[in-house]
Formats: sequence, structure tokens, C-alpha cells
Amino acid sequence: MTLWIIARVTFLEAARRKILWTALLAAAAFLALFATGMHYQVRDVHFTRVPQVLRYQILSSILQVGFYAIDLLAVIMTVLTSVDTISGEIASSTIHAIATKPIHRWELLLGKWLGFAAMIAAYVALVFGGVLSVGYFIAGIRLHGAVEGASLIYLECLLVLTATFLFGTWFSTLTNGVVVLGLHGLAFIGGWLEQIGTVTQSDRLVTLGVLSSIIMPSESVWRRASYVMQSSTSRALDFSPFATRSAPSGVMMLYAVLYLLIALSVAFYHFRQRDL
Amino acid sequence: MLLGLVKPSSGHAQILDHPFSSVEVRSKIGFLPEDFRFYDWLTASELLALHGRLCGLTPAQLRDRVPAYLDLVGLSPHRDRRLRGFSKGMLQRIGLAQALIHEPELVFLDEPTSGLDPMGRRLVRDIIRDQRKRGATVFLNSHLLSEVEITCDTVVFIKHGEVIGSRDLHSSPDGEIHVHIRARNLRQEILPALAQWTTSAQLQDERLTVSTRSMDALPEILRFLVSSNVDVFEFTPQRLSLEESFLKIMGEDQGL
Repeated sequence: MTLWIIARVTFLEAARRKILWTALLAAAAFLALFATGMHYQVRDVHFTRVPQVLRYQILSSILQVGFYAIDLLAVIMTVLTSVDTISGEIASSTIHAIATKPIHRWELLLGKWLGFAAMIAAYVALVFGGVLSVGYFIAGIRLHGAVEGASLIYLECLLVLTATFLFGTWFSTLTNGVVVLGLHGLAFIGGWLEQIGTVTQSDRLVTLGVLSSIIMPSESVWRRASYVMQSSTSRALDFSPFATRSAPSGVMMLYAVLYLLIALSVAFYHFRQRDL
Repeated sequence: MLLGLVKPSSGHAQILDHPFSSVEVRSKIGFLPEDFRFYDWLTASELLALHGRLCGLTPAQLRDRVPAYLDLVGLSPHRDRRLRGFSKGMLQRIGLAQALIHEPELVFLDEPTSGLDPMGRRLVRDIIRDQRKRGATVFLNSHLLSEVEITCDTVVFIKHGEVIGSRDLHSSPDGEIHVHIRARNLRQEILPALAQWTTSAQLQDERLTVSTRSMDALPEILRFLVSSNVDVFEFTPQRLSLEESFLKIMGEDQGL
């Protein structure tokens, strides 16, 4: 019961943050631009009479760019909205009024996590649905693996959210933000190294990519999402720079889920032990 | 530490017959932090309802208590106003209401009058008295000794985390009560009769100073003086001020 009270108030708090509305505005601006771009692209390829298969691949690739952009927006929005929820409340002593109520520390942390998870779910559903709608209504693309893709993007955001909770029990807000974005940046670079390594058949680059995914699996979850949303023809054609050539395995996804659960457990443990 | 904010390095404590680490016992405890802050997007009513729910109050109880406690702290006209627009004094008031809404047995108030104007201070004093009448025990942590002197029954002095002295504020530290009396028609011959209630009596012009061991003796002394045709203008029991006690117990400021 107490858990849901905290989850509800956290959701409401997160929903009132300016950063969320800024991220929504950014997403709306992006979707408008994306829809306009897609519209002209559809018209142009129609007039140039490119073959049907190639036309479909061009539009699918543009759709992938759309998913890539909203994925980045969702991750940044996740970090910026949740980065001070633990460290900020400890620093401002806001947490004193709540932590002295009949509530376990784990309930406080999990309630907050659930509140943010719900807010992020709504955000991802909205922006993912936006890109999906542009693809369907303007370009006529029926995306395969949309549900799985959206779920994986959500998992990626939850991973980042859990990292901000974990480091928020240790560090100040600013340090927490730097650490989490740094980790995601590391995973991002690692992901590209792995893809380049796959194309150039460089085992060392691939190994570096895998190692970075072990340290922070967020980017590999995105690459899996991107992979499941591509048609088999797109995968074969290697058409877009945003297409995934080296798809992380199901084992890596299992690792990502375990990583999330372990990071959350460590956050519970440390939050229970620390002075507020 | 008793409220679970700070972990002990060692040792054990009990609070209301429960281990102090028990989460359940906190439903019987109210706490106002020194610098009360909360989500400033909540209205005063929403904040009290949230804290009430966390303490296990039912919706029916909340319907009664939220307006009642807003009224108690004088914030009824601001019930739908967001905390963002509250002054420090108003935040202290709403903080006090959230500490009391579940009618706890034990209340910890950390500097509850800081930021309050004289009216607000009087309100806090009255609320603390009401809590005492209700049967609650109130711990008031304050550096405003005049507030402590007016409000508390017992004072404990803490230095560097250790209790170094305590005092019952209803009695004199040396066990005697000294009374200054200003009156007309005071005479030496009435002094021996006062000895049945006093341990000493000194007369100088229109001023008489007596010492006694019991507060109960004060009305007797006054009655005797009046019946002896003494015109009493002033009858003032003296006690060592809390500030004097503080300086005596804590020692001089060492510039820390």
C-alpha cells in the first residue's frame, strides 16, 4: 500500500517536471520534422519511379532513423528527470519528512522507481507510437517486431533509470548524472566499435564492443531493438548506417535484465545502509 | 537516530517499548524536521493527505483531519495553495500539521518556532500544550531558550552528543524557591511567624525576600501577609533562568 502511495506521488512529481514537458516538446518537434521529411521522401521516390523493393528499403531506413532519435530522447529524458530523485532529496532534506514515516527504505526506493518506470512507459509509448504512426500513415510501412522493439527501448530506459537510482544512493546529483551519461556514452561508443569491427572483421573491436556492453548493456539493448524492427531484406542489404549489422544475442538481453535486477538490489542495500 | 535517519555505529535503544529500528512504531511518532521541505507542487491539503495516508489513516479519517489540522495551524485559507508560494513560517506551520495529523504518542519537534513571527510562536506553544493535554510526549529541540522555558517541563542539555545535565523547570536548581515581595507596612515582628514556611527571610525597607522549599507554601505566605495588614504590591517567585542554567552547565563558549 505504502509502496503505491510513493509510486503515485513520484509519477505525479515526474509528470510535473519541466524537463518532461521539454522532452515532449522536443519529441513533438522531431515528429513534425520527421513526418514532413517522410512525406517529401515518399513523394520523391514515387516520382523518380524507383523499384518497389528499393523504395520500401529507403523508407524503412528513414523509419529506423526516427526510432534512433526517439530512443536517444527517451534515454536523456530518463536520466534528466530521475537524476536528483534520491541524491537531490537527501541534499535538500526533503527525504526526512518521508523516511521518518512508517515506511521501509526499500518501499521508498522501489515506489520511486515504479513511479518513474510508469512515467517513462507513457513517454516511450507516446514517442514510439508517433514514429510508428508516421511510418504507417505516411509511408505505408507495416513494421514487424514493433511491440518487441518498443519493449526493448523501454528496457533500455529502465536500465538507465536503475543506474541513476544506484549511483544516486552514493553520489551527488551532478556526479550521478555525469556517471550515468558517461556509462551510456561508453556503451554507445562500444556499440559502434562492435559494428565497425563486424564490417571490417576486426575481432579486437568486436571484443571491445562486447566488453563495453558488459559494463553497461543499454546500447546493446537498443541495437537488439533496432535489429528486431528491421525486415530481413534490410538486414541483408545493410542499407542504412543506423541498421544493425551485429545484433546482440538473446543471452545479452537476459544479461541486461539480470544487470537491472542486480543494480536495483545493490541500490536497495546501499540505500538501507546509508545515513539520510 | 531514533527515527531511523542515521544508523547507529553500536548499541541499542527502545522507543515506545519497540526496538527503535522498528518501522511500525513510527506510526505512533510525529516528526518536524528543522528545515521542513517537501514537494512544492503539492497544495497544503494534498501534503497533509499524503502524510496521513503514509501513516495509515483511512479516507474517512483524512476527510475529518485534513481540514481540522489546517485550521489548527491557521492555514485553512491556504488549503488549495501550492507550497511553492509559502513563506518559511507557513512551511513551518504545515510541517507541524503533518507531524501531528496521525495523533502520535511521541512528537519530535526540531526548532519548530524558527522562522515564525510572535503570533506563530504563540500558536506553536499552544499546540504543544494541547498535545501534552492529549497525552502525547513532546520532545522540543531548540536553541531558543525562552521558548523552552515557557513550553517545557523538563530540559536536557546535550553537548557533543552527550547528555551533560537536566533540569526540572518547575523547581529551582538548588531546591529552593526565592520570592521577592514589595509591600507597605512590612514589620520585623512578622518575620518569626514566616519561619514555619520559609528557610530565610530578609527585610529591607519595603522589600522582603524569602526562601522556601515548596511551591505550596507560596499561597500560605501571601495569605499570612495579607491577614497581617501588609499591603502587597508585588509577589514574585524567582528562579534561576534557563539561560543561566545553560551557561553554568554547558560552560563558556569555546569559540566552536
